[in-house]
Amino acid sequence: MAGIAVSTTINGDAVEYLCQPDETLLDVLRDRLGLTGAKEGCGTGDCGACSIILDDRLVCSCLVLGAEAEGRRVETIEGMAHGDTLHPLQQKFLEHAALQCGICTPGFLIAAKDLLAKNPDPTEEEIRFGLAGNLCRCTGYDKIVRAVQDAAIVMKGA
Amino acid sequence: MRYIRPLSIEDAVGQLAGSAGAAAILAGGSDLLVRMKGGFAEPELIVDIKAIDGLSEIRETAEGFSIGAAVPCAVLGENIALKKAWPGVVEAAKLIGSKQVQGRCTIVGNLCNASPAADSVPALVAAGARASVVGPAGRRTIPVQSVPTAPGKTSLAKGEIIEAILLDKREPRSGDAYLRFIPRTEMDIAVVSAGVNLTLDEHGVVKSARVALGAVAATVLLVEEAAEVLVGSRLDEATLERLAKVCAGACRPIDDKRGTIEFRRKVAGVLAQRAATSAYARAGGK
Repeated sequence: MAGIAVSTTINGDAVEYLCQPDETLLDVLRDRLGLTGAKEGCGTGDCGACSIILDDRLVCSCLVLGAEAEGRRVETIEGMAHGDTLHPLQQKFLEHAALQCGICTPGFLIAAKDLLAKNPDPTEEEIRFGLAGNLCRCTGYDKIVRAVQDAAIVMKGA
Repeated sequence: MRYIRPLSIEDAVGQLAGSAGAAAILAGGSDLLVRMKGGFAEPELIVDIKAIDGLSEIRETAEGFSIGAAVPCAVLGENIALKKAWPGVVEAAKLIGSKQVQGRCTIVGNLCNASPAADSVPALVAAGARASVVGPAGRRTIPVQSVPTAPGKTSLAKGEIIEAILLDKREPRSGDAYLRFIPRTEMDIAVVSAGVNLTLDEHGVVKSARVALGAVAATVLLVEEAAEVLVGSRLDEATLERLAKVCAGACRPIDDKRGTIEFRRKVAGVLAQRAATSAYARAGGK
């Protein structure tokens, strides 16, 4: 079956793909492009595990059609580190052990990156509200919040 | 299934009107894609309206504001002029979903999804907002409260699209507010909600008022009797008591796992009081 031809930019690279009209961007990323960092938790926009940044807006890629990415800019977890150098958020998630099973982690990192881009010095409450669209069933959130606070300090100093 | 992204509203209307099977309009997709995933919607045609000129803009005109159908709620919260003029509408829109959902969801989508618990709708009704509808027969402007007719149903005909929500220019000494009750602190659906919009005279007396209640009937309720209670008052204690009583009486709620009839009636009155007090303060009343 032919598909819709889409030209888009993913993590700074021009990408072209064919997709079906009812195929989500999450499925395109994972199944067609091999970018399996974004996870499918619920598939209905409740858990945030599939979070990506689309034209500077944090969104759930399970609630975006692959066809909608035409001409837009997509940022995924795969674009977060620079080569072997981790992003400060990734580094702090490791240092604070802010993950256990890891399924929610890419979504949390992308959401936290978006949060700090818009609010470099958030209060604990702002972090908790800002990450309310990301569910973690392992950590109890406390370590995640502390990792984001610590990363914010590092990033402000950078 | 076909996916199209028309560049003009006329083309979008023509495609919707001419579709043989079920057709769906896609803006943010935060309701549509969930319904498709659950098998509750199987459109033959999806019309993505985000490439249509002007639909992704908030315009400030001599008459007020025009909020395009494809403007995500996150953008409403970033528009300083809109926030200043209609803080209640913006706070309601900002309560829908998470940050991720805010980046996609729209107030027109919230309206057309026709949930009785939609957060932005009571605020829009209280604000006296109108919907600009484009269809095969041309353009018409209708009050927002005439759009939802029952849970999941709207008054829009085949081929019609709401292109924008229109909010009036503010008179001096005006304020609005929206409050909802949920059992959590965020990311939940209203059990009861209230929107209040007030304009005061130069002595701080309420000159005009609109009160709307959400999640207490099949569609949003515009409670005219509650507005009459507020007009002529300075929101003294006796007025607020009467406001709560009238609002509780106007409710036609259901009993469900999220709230009983009795609870919803009581909370509707309390939220109306608090929203009125907040709107009054925003209008400069003391």
